[in-house]
Amino acid sequence: MENYDIVIIGGGPAGLAAAVSARENGISRIVILERDKELGGILNQCIHNGFGLHTFKEELTGPEYAGRFIDQVRELGIEYRLNTMVMEISSGKTVTAMNRKDGLFQIQAKAVILAMGCRERPRGALNIPGYRPAGIFSAGTAQRLVNMEGYLPGREVVILGSGDIGLIMARRMTLEGAKVKVVAELMPYSGGLKRNIVQCLDDYGIPLKLSHTVVEIRGKERLEGITLAEVDGRGKPVPGTEEFYSCDTLLLSVGLIPENELSGGMGVELNPVTSGPRVNESLETNLEGVFACGNVLHVHDLVDFVSEEAKAAGRNAAKYIRRSGAAGRDSVIRLTTGEGIRYTVPETICAACMDDRLTVRFRAGNVYKNCYVSVYFDKERMIRRKKAVVAPGEMEEIVLTKEQLLGHPGLETIHVKIEEA
Amino acid sequence: MEKKNLICINCPLGCMLTVTMEGDQILGVAGNTCKRGEAYARKELKNPTRIVTSTVKVTGGSERMVPVKTKSDIPKGKVLECVRALKNVAAKAPVHMGDVIVQNVAGTGVDLVATRDVEAVKI
Amino acid sequence: MTDYDVLIIGGGVSGCAAARELSRYKVNVGVLEKEEDVCCGTSKANSGIVHAGYDAAEGSLKAKMNLRGNELMDSLAEDLDIPFRRNGSLVICLAEEDLPELKSLYERGIANGVKGLQILNREEVLEKEPNVSEDVYAALYAPTGGIICPFELNIALAENASVNGVEFHFCTEVTDIEKQEKGYRLTTSQGVYSAKYVVNAAGVYADRFHNMVSGKKIHITPRRGDYLLLDQCTGNHVRSTIFALPGKYGKGILVAPTVHGNLLLGPTAIDVKDREGTATTREGLDEVLGKAGMNVKNIPVRQVITSFAGLRAHEDEGEFIIEELADAPGFIDCAGIESPGLTSCPAVGERIAGILKEKLGLKEREDFISTRKGILKPAALPWEERSALIRENPAYGNIICRCEMISEGEILDAIRRPLGARSLDGVKRRTRAGMGRCQAGFCSPRTMEILAREWKMDVREVTKSGGKSYLAVGVNKDAF
Repeated sequence: MENYDIVIIGGGPAGLAAAVSARENGISRIVILERDKELGGILNQCIHNGFGLHTFKEELTGPEYAGRFIDQVRELGIEYRLNTMVMEISSGKTVTAMNRKDGLFQIQAKAVILAMGCRERPRGALNIPGYRPAGIFSAGTAQRLVNMEGYLPGREVVILGSGDIGLIMARRMTLEGAKVKVVAELMPYSGGLKRNIVQCLDDYGIPLKLSHTVVEIRGKERLEGITLAEVDGRGKPVPGTEEFYSCDTLLLSVGLIPENELSGGMGVELNPVTSGPRVNESLETNLEGVFACGNVLHVHDLVDFVSEEAKAAGRNAAKYIRRSGAAGRDSVIRLTTGEGIRYTVPETICAACMDDRLTVRFRAGNVYKNCYVSVYFDKERMIRRKKAVVAPGEMEEIVLTKEQLLGHPGLETIHVKIEEA
Repeated sequence: MEKKNLICINCPLGCMLTVTMEGDQILGVAGNTCKRGEAYARKELKNPTRIVTSTVKVTGGSERMVPVKTKSDIPKGKVLECVRALKNVAAKAPVHMGDVIVQNVAGTGVDLVATRDVEAVKI
Repeated sequence: MTDYDVLIIGGGVSGCAAARELSRYKVNVGVLEKEEDVCCGTSKANSGIVHAGYDAAEGSLKAKMNLRGNELMDSLAEDLDIPFRRNGSLVICLAEEDLPELKSLYERGIANGVKGLQILNREEVLEKEPNVSEDVYAALYAPTGGIICPFELNIALAENASVNGVEFHFCTEVTDIEKQEKGYRLTTSQGVYSAKYVVNAAGVYADRFHNMVSGKKIHITPRRGDYLLLDQCTGNHVRSTIFALPGKYGKGILVAPTVHGNLLLGPTAIDVKDREGTATTREGLDEVLGKAGMNVKNIPVRQVITSFAGLRAHEDEGEFIIEELADAPGFIDCAGIESPGLTSCPAVGERIAGILKEKLGLKEREDFISTRKGILKPAALPWEERSALIRENPAYGNIICRCEMISEGEILDAIRRPLGARSLDGVKRRTRAGMGRCQAGFCSPRTMEILAREWKMDVREVTKSGGKSYLAVGVNKDAF
C-alpha cells in the first residue's frame, strides 16, 4: 500500500486550491485523485466569464480560472491521478481507488481533504408529474453537451429554477441559436445572483416568472411542451393559472446537493441542512485529520470563496500533519443560528486552534430587506451589520478574529441571526 | 428629473443603482458600493457593453470544441452578430489559452481568444 | 426471414418467456416488437414482485400460474443469472374489524397451495419489521413472496431465446392480422410476416389483435399505476414487501425493497383510455406517498429519485386468457396479463409452449442452451479478480455512472451482447447506468458518446428510448 501525507479527493477548484495551500505550508507527500480526464472539475464546462474578481482581481472564464490553479499545481510538482475513481475511504483514512491503468489500489493517508463538489438535483426529486420523454435535462448536463461537446440539446427551451446554472444556460442556449421562452422559479425570489438575471435574462428579453412551477409535461418520445402554473405561499399550484408553453427542452436548475456518499461511508457526520459535513474552525470533520472544503461542504455561489475556503482546509491539514495529531481542544465555542439563518460553516470554534482571522459563512432562509446581520457572543451583541438585502441565493459571511475570541474567556456560544430594522 | 434603476453587473454584489437623469444628462449615481458601480451606470445608459463567451469547433484536437471570449467588452448590440460570425469558424489543434481565434470579431475591433488549451491528437 | 412456424406479438415478459420456452424445441420462432427493445411496455414499469399466490381466486388460471411461476422462479433466476430474493411479504391489517378479511386471504392462500402462510400479531410484525406502522393489528406473512428485477428477467429471457435461435424484429408494429388457409398473415410497419401460429402477448393491445381474428370479443383497460423510487441507501427501510389489505382495484399501495437496494412505493390504480398513457399525475403521486405512509412509518421521502407509471392490461373478466381461440385455430391468446403476470411468466411461457408442442408435435433440441451469463458486475468480484479484470480490460476501470458505479466495460457488454442496448434506456435497464440518484445527469453525455461509437452513428442519432426520443437535436449555432 502506498503512503501519502495528504490525499485530496477531487481535482476541481476546491481540491486544487487545497493542494496548493498544503504544499505552500510545507507538505511534500500530496496526491490529488480526480475522476475526470483532466483537472479543473466543473469549471471546465463553465465557459462564461465572471470568475476570479476576488482572487485574481480580474474577470476570468471558468477554464481560465481553473488553469491558474492547475499551473500552480504543476509548478509545485504536486502529484495527481486522473480518470481515478475513489471507491471507498475507511475511517482509518485508507483510500481505495480505481483507474484504467493501475486497476484497484489503496493509499494510506495521514490526512484526507474531501473536495468532491456537488451534483444537481434531478427531476425525480421534484416529483413533477407527467411523461418521461427525452428533452428534460439538468442544466449542468446541457451545459456539458453545449459547451464541451458542441451539441444542442434542444431548440425551444423552458428553464425551471433560477439557480445560477439555469440563468447562465439561458444565455448560453440563446447565443448558440436556441429560443429560451421563459425561466420559472418556484420561490418568490430568484435562487441566482442578481447580476446573472440582468446579463443572462434581461439582456435577451427572457421573462423570469417567480412563484411558478411546471405542473405538466407533454410529449411521449421527445418533449412537446410544459404547463406552468403559479404557486401559492405553500408552493401548491393555483388552479386557473396554468399556461402552456410548447418547447422541446426543459432544463432544470433546481438546486445542488453536496456529494457526500464517500464521506458518509467513512463515518463523517453530516449536517442535514447543508448536506455537507459538520466542521470546526479548521474545516475538520468529526473524524480527526479529515477535512472538507468547497461545494462538498456547502454549496457556494462563487468559486472565489471555494478557493479561499479550500486554502484554509489545505493550511489546516498541513498544520495537522506537522503537529502529527489532533490539537488539544479544551474550550469549544458553538455557533448557533437564530432568526433567518439556515446554517453556519463552521459549527464549532476552538479559539486556541484558529487562525488570526476566521471567515464564518452562512445563508439566510428567506429574503430580508433593510435588515441587520447580528452576531452575539453569548448574550452580548458584538456585530451588527446593516444589509440592504439578504437572500437565500447569496451566501453571507462574517469575520471573527482570534483576538476577539480570546478576549472572551468562557464564551460558550456565538449566535448569528437576522434582525429586522 | 427622472430616476432610473439598474443592477450593477461588475461583481457578484449586484448593487442596486439609482441614476438621476435630466434628459440625456446623468446628474448622479447612488447605491453603488465602489466606483466601478458609477462607471458601470454611466456606460450602461450611454453605451452598454458585454464580454461575449462562446464555443468554436476544433479540428484534430482532444476536444470537439474550444471555449472562446472577446478579449474585452464589445457593444451590447453586437453580441448576436459576434456569435453568428463564429458559425463556420474552426480552430486547428493545438490551441492554447489566449490564442487569437478571430481577429476583429464582427467588426468590433476586439479579438476573440481561446480560453483553454486543446491538444492535438493524431488520427 | 418473414415466414415462421410461430410469431409472438410483443417482447414483454410473457412474450419473451414464451419465446424462450419454445426455443427448447425444433421450431422457427419470431418475435415482433413495436418498440426498439424488449421490456418497453407493462413489463418495464411494475412492482418487481414475485407474489406468493394468496390473492387470486381459488381455481383461477391466475392462481395456478402464480403458484407455478413462483415455484419455477429460483431455478429460472439461476439459469439466467439474474438477482432474485425471497424476502417474504406481509399484508398489513390495521384494525381489528378488518381481521376477517385478512383471515379470508389466508384461507384463500391455503386453498391455492401457498406454503408457509402465517398470521402474525402486532408484536410479531413489529419485531420482523420495525418500520411498519405502530397502528398494525396483525399481518399475513408469506415467506415465499420475493422480489426480482423485471428488466433483467425480461431481457435475460429474450437474450437466451435469441441465443437459441429465436429472431427478434424491433420497431415492428403489427397493424393487421388476417387468417389464411394455413396460419396467419401479419401486416406490420416493416412489411408483411406470416406464421402458422400466432401468440398474442401484446399487453394492453392484446384485445385489439384478439378482436381482429375472433368473433368473441375481449376488452382490455389500461390500468395505470404511479410509482416513486427512492435512493439506494433506503432499501433496508423494510426487509419484506409490505402490502395493504387488497381493495377493489388490486393490491393497493405497497412498500418494497428492490433487489438493487432501492425502496419502491406504489402503485395507484387508475383506469385510463390511452394505451400509451404512462404520464404520472400529481394526485397519483400524492396518493402513493399518503397511502404508503399508512402502513410504513418514517419513509425517507426526501430520498425520492424518480417517479414513473406503468399500465396493467386489465381484461374485463379479471382473468388471464392463455389459450388457443376456439373460433381462430392457430391463434393463441396471452391476454389480460396483469398482476401477478411477472411472477407467472415462467408458467405462462411453459403453458404456451405446451399448447404449441402438442399442436405442432414439437421435438426437443439437443443443443438447447439453458443458461445465460448476465453482464459481468465487477463490483461483485473479490479484489484480486477485479484488479485482474481491469488489467485485462481497462474499460472495467473506467467508471461512467458515478451513482451506481457502473464501468464502461459493463456498458460495452450491454451494447455488444445479443439484442444489445441501442438507447440510453436500453443501457440503463441492462446495467443500471443512469438509474441512480443523479438520474443520468452526469453519465448521459458519456453514455451517448459510447452508444454513438459502438453503433457507428452520430451523437444526434442516439435516443433515450428509440423512436423520436433524440437527446441532441443539433450542433451549436446551426440555426444561425
